[in-house]
Amino acid sequence: MNGSEKPEAAEPEGAEPPVRRRRRTLAARFRGLYGESPWHLLTLLGCLAVCAYAAQRLLEYDWFEVAKWIVLGALVHDLVLVPLYAGADWLLGRALRRGRPVPQPVAGPGQDGAAGAERDTAVRVLNHLRVPAYLSLLLLLVYWPLVFQDAEPYAGATGLDPTVFLGRWLLITAVLFGLSALLFTLRSVVRPRRGRDAAPPPEGVSPDRPEAL
Amino acid sequence: MKISARLPSGPWRSPLRGPWLTSVFGLVLLIGIPVLFLTGLLSYAAYNPDLSPVNDKTPDKGLLGFYLFSWPTRPYWLYRVNQGVHVTLGIVLVPVLLAKLWSVVPKLFTLPPVRSVGHALDRLSLLLLVGGGIFEFLTGILNVQLDYIFPGSFYPLHFYGAWVFFGAVTAHVALRLGRTWRALRGRNVWAELRTSRTGTRPEPPDDSGLVSTHPAAPTMSRRGALGMVGLGSLALFVVTAGQSLGGPLRRTALLAPHGRSPGGGPGGFPVNKTAGYARIRARDVDDSWQLVVGGRDGARVTLSLDQLRRLPQHGAGLPIACVEGWSTENQHWEGVRLADLAGLVGYDTDPPGVFVESIQRGGAFRAAALRDNQVRDPRSLLALRVNGAVLTPDHGYPARIIVPNAPGVLNTKWVGRLTFGATTAGGHA
Repeated sequence: MNGSEKPEAAEPEGAEPPVRRRRRTLAARFRGLYGESPWHLLTLLGCLAVCAYAAQRLLEYDWFEVAKWIVLGALVHDLVLVPLYAGADWLLGRALRRGRPVPQPVAGPGQDGAAGAERDTAVRVLNHLRVPAYLSLLLLLVYWPLVFQDAEPYAGATGLDPTVFLGRWLLITAVLFGLSALLFTLRSVVRPRRGRDAAPPPEGVSPDRPEAL
Repeated sequence: MKISARLPSGPWRSPLRGPWLTSVFGLVLLIGIPVLFLTGLLSYAAYNPDLSPVNDKTPDKGLLGFYLFSWPTRPYWLYRVNQGVHVTLGIVLVPVLLAKLWSVVPKLFTLPPVRSVGHALDRLSLLLLVGGGIFEFLTGILNVQLDYIFPGSFYPLHFYGAWVFFGAVTAHVALRLGRTWRALRGRNVWAELRTSRTGTRPEPPDDSGLVSTHPAAPTMSRRGALGMVGLGSLALFVVTAGQSLGGPLRRTALLAPHGRSPGGGPGGFPVNKTAGYARIRARDVDDSWQLVVGGRDGARVTLSLDQLRRLPQHGAGLPIACVEGWSTENQHWEGVRLADLAGLVGYDTDPPGVFVESIQRGGAFRAAALRDNQVRDPRSLLALRVNGAVLTPDHGYPARIIVPNAPGVLNTKWVGRLTFGATTAGGHA
């Protein structure tokens, strides 16, 4: 469970060494050259032809800028957003544990009760911060042009006041964190010592301590 | 593959990543993205781009216009619902799209980067899939907020981008559907939804490249992660949908661009472009304003506002529905039927389409062509009043077009000239 074992499943088709058997079918010969099945090639060529037909028209308009948007678009989540939010999440998690590393996955039956409880509290605090922060940032991600008044034509075109959105977003954010804190308090007060999970653990897994111990 | 065994396993330690979770997000997108695509294609057809160059922002569309048809006038609410679904669903799917991308992020760093020709083609299609998808969501989300920072006109970018995305999605679905289906069947969703954080275990190691080789302790269950994504969609729905539902619910759309109405009274419903923005001057619409109606064999009639008011007046309860997704509930319009105006210029029966020109000085849709079925609908009006009062300047005083089921921009405001039987300025069919 700690990840030291290697996946035993076969490698995807393409990694098979080309010289395996002398007697090969045409399909296998193709696979040796191409790395995937003929169906794979046909599908991709057909679909990429549609892409190319549309892309040719798309690139009529300032091709460099459009290509830049598409390529950066493909990378922006993985190379910008993920490091930002995963990094922030990791730092928050570390801070809540006061710098100690995250404990190992399986909380076995023989584990120290006090340590387990402390860890649970840290995780619960983490999640009660995570969820409102995520919702708030998600709303900002979608509506930042209005929130930060980046949409210059907005006021003139719609006749509406463009300055309300920042306040509304801040208010929504405050309400989200407030609700999360309230829920955290209620959960701490109402069911501090009882297992919240009546369902049995998944097959092949040793029973755990109740979550809110 | 010995090489990867010796490499550091990377920073991907979430115990939740795995084919099942990815497949759940994939399944939601598999339902949602075709809806976005189809509503988008319908919206494109609603402009009647093959009718006139002024309606067509993508003249080089070629085969991509293969399915175009005469956009109907009924049901009158179709465009309103279509665009409400298109825009709201697009926004609501953002967290699902992000979750899907998060779930497969280790794949970007697959080693070796290219294994074979097939793998290279596959990765190219993934570039178009992710890049094209982000491009579509981004241009759409920016456009509805009137933030025109994308490189060019919205219509061609979003339309051709949609076809690039379509090609890549089709390939992705064709090549991955079997694996997705197997992954979904591999775990019981109800059992998953009953599993708490402490019972959460990584998915079994496999060749998908998604399951972490050294997973950290779970800080959240899978149901928690799914719930978080769903909560994000719900939050976006709550702050957005009101601008399409209208009525008292409009004000619930706290962050949507049209979650408010400008002012109250009979003209207190949202506008796409104000008179000021369209550079309509007071002297353009004073008593000197006249409507020029052209028709059969060069027939031409000029009408003042008073003369228009003396023609038979008809009413129609119709919404304004914008391509940007916002819409109004039905407004009560009053004015002269387009078919009656055609009758003044030689088309007593079976009137043809009409070329409509506004007196506004700028803007993409200051002229628009309507098809014969749109002119013939008895609810199609040159409206002079709305909700019992004279049109406000922002709603197109002195006269505007209102056609059932037409996109908002084809309901031309501040009309100055109608040419029946024409599809271009000064042209005749």
